[in-house]
Amino acid sequence: MKIEGQVRIPSGCAISAVISKAGNKMSGEMITNSMKPMHDRSNGLGGGFAGYGIYPEYKDFYALHVFFDSRSTRKECETFLKERFEIVQSEIIPTRKIPAITDEPVIWRYFAAPLKSVLMSLQLEEKEFVAKTVIKINAEMPGAYVFSSGKNMGAFKAVGFPEDVGVFYRLEEYEGYSWTAHGRYPTNTPGWWGGAHPFTLLDYSIVHNGEISSYDANRRFIEMFGYKCTLQTDTEVITYIMDYLLRIQGLTLEEAASVIAAPFWSTIASKTDCEDRRKLTYLRTMFPSLLITGPFSVILGFEGGLMALNDRLKLRSMVVGEKEDKVFIASEEAAIRTMEPNVQNVWSPAGGEPVIVKVKEGAFS
Amino acid sequence: MQVIDAANLDYRAVNEALRNAETDYIIKNCCGQRFIAAGMSHKNLTIEGIPGNALGAYLNNANITVNANAQDAVGDTMNEGKILIRGNIGDAAGYAMRGGKIYVQGNAGYRAGIHMKAYREKFPVMIIGGSAGSFLGEYQAGGVIIVLGLHNDNKRIVGNFPCTGMHGGKMFLRGCCDDIRFPKQVTARRAAPEELDEIREYLSEYCSDLGYSAATLLSEPFTVITPDSKNPYKQMYAAN
Repeated sequence: MKIEGQVRIPSGCAISAVISKAGNKMSGEMITNSMKPMHDRSNGLGGGFAGYGIYPEYKDFYALHVFFDSRSTRKECETFLKERFEIVQSEIIPTRKIPAITDEPVIWRYFAAPLKSVLMSLQLEEKEFVAKTVIKINAEMPGAYVFSSGKNMGAFKAVGFPEDVGVFYRLEEYEGYSWTAHGRYPTNTPGWWGGAHPFTLLDYSIVHNGEISSYDANRRFIEMFGYKCTLQTDTEVITYIMDYLLRIQGLTLEEAASVIAAPFWSTIASKTDCEDRRKLTYLRTMFPSLLITGPFSVILGFEGGLMALNDRLKLRSMVVGEKEDKVFIASEEAAIRTMEPNVQNVWSPAGGEPVIVKVKEGAFS
Repeated sequence: MQVIDAANLDYRAVNEALRNAETDYIIKNCCGQRFIAAGMSHKNLTIEGIPGNALGAYLNNANITVNANAQDAVGDTMNEGKILIRGNIGDAAGYAMRGGKIYVQGNAGYRAGIHMKAYREKFPVMIIGGSAGSFLGEYQAGGVIIVLGLHNDNKRIVGNFPCTGMHGGKMFLRGCCDDIRFPKQVTARRAAPEELDEIREYLSEYCSDLGYSAATLLSEPFTVITPDSKNPYKQMYAAN
């Protein structure tokens, strides 16, 4: 048998997303199908999806999706959670047995709200408490991984090709106003369930095609603020960076994009808008350790919207298209045409140019 | 003329079908199949739908027409032949091509013509009808890249950092290009009439393919960019 290196594996990760600006619901079938023409970008070692607006009946509760390596780990984790959360529903995430997906862990979800008494005694704001709890479980409880922790959203991921992962998790049974997807081709980290995309924290989710050269510099900086990189791959640090910049620092999406994909100093110097130049200089000076170098195209999902972004040198592909209330984003136009054959205004954003789409222009809640 | 319905075919099956004895083919319902016509010679191929990455890679004297947009790496390392795209193309078109023609009606993504080179009797030509993304002609070593800036609504004809690392060949941009910053190791100047004569044949062919008037195109000034061998390229990436 030929091993990698002797045979060329034409891969490079795939990302895809769709959002309805009107907030209209779409089943997960369309996003699953969008990954089919990009099959060769993945190698079967990871696929995943994030859906927003999928749990309207529990929209006030954090939806914790968790992988466990065993029943006893689950019991242990549930004891830990019950001391901190009111759990209104706990259940196995429904899956379908298919030959393409094997060796699945125990996959469970909890709809939960932090106990008021715990928040009071710790003097923590609700989101901060949930984020800290997720990080604590992932870092300190061997065999348990919280892979989704937002309200009215959920991540679904596995080892396998993405189009099979969508079938495995029965995504056609969910309805969301926005979806993101990822097909993985791991280059230098293991292909395991926790390492599949999306990487999430609270309602933020990241799917990523690329490889971060600055990973360790970014990791060292972000871990000073309580985050722990535990999932053995570079992409998770982008999720924590976005949580830090958006939730903790209160930056706008555009500003966060200017931090992680900061323009070259020469590009900043050539800006004619004085205010713009000052702002970009400030952001690069303030957050130099959060500049992400190396190739990336990422889609950030959040409550009520999406942001797509390429690295400043644009070393990965990304295409955007529109049709009526929907906006489509993907690594390849073919994926978009699978979702909407008559898509209009197909264009490629420039490197470092964020594409931000909000449901009802941000009025969504 | 043989029709290939690509609706349920993967790229291997599409290319297998193209290797039949026929010369003329139409691929219908194409949606992302890669490597179409890779390395092929003496075929005439029309594609309906979106061809996948590396369309016509290593192309060796076949003709390909796409009646839509194309994705990344069109004509990667092509040797001879012609690819006509009646839409936009993605990134890294003509990567390291050393012969043949890529004619694009619409816009090009990043790094069009990267590492393009000429070799003995081989002379690659790329014409982009709209505008081109950043790093146009990065490390260009030979051949010619022409950008026309048609239908681009007064936006800049190329993005940032054109000609980075260019050390051979020529680039022609339609217009004065006062708003474009070129690196120090190239020279940009208004093209003299005898320099325009070098590209007249290609422009005429492009115009007859796509229904434009060569005389109208040539009525505007062109800027020609060539490497300055006395001031060679140093580096860009490491210094951030």
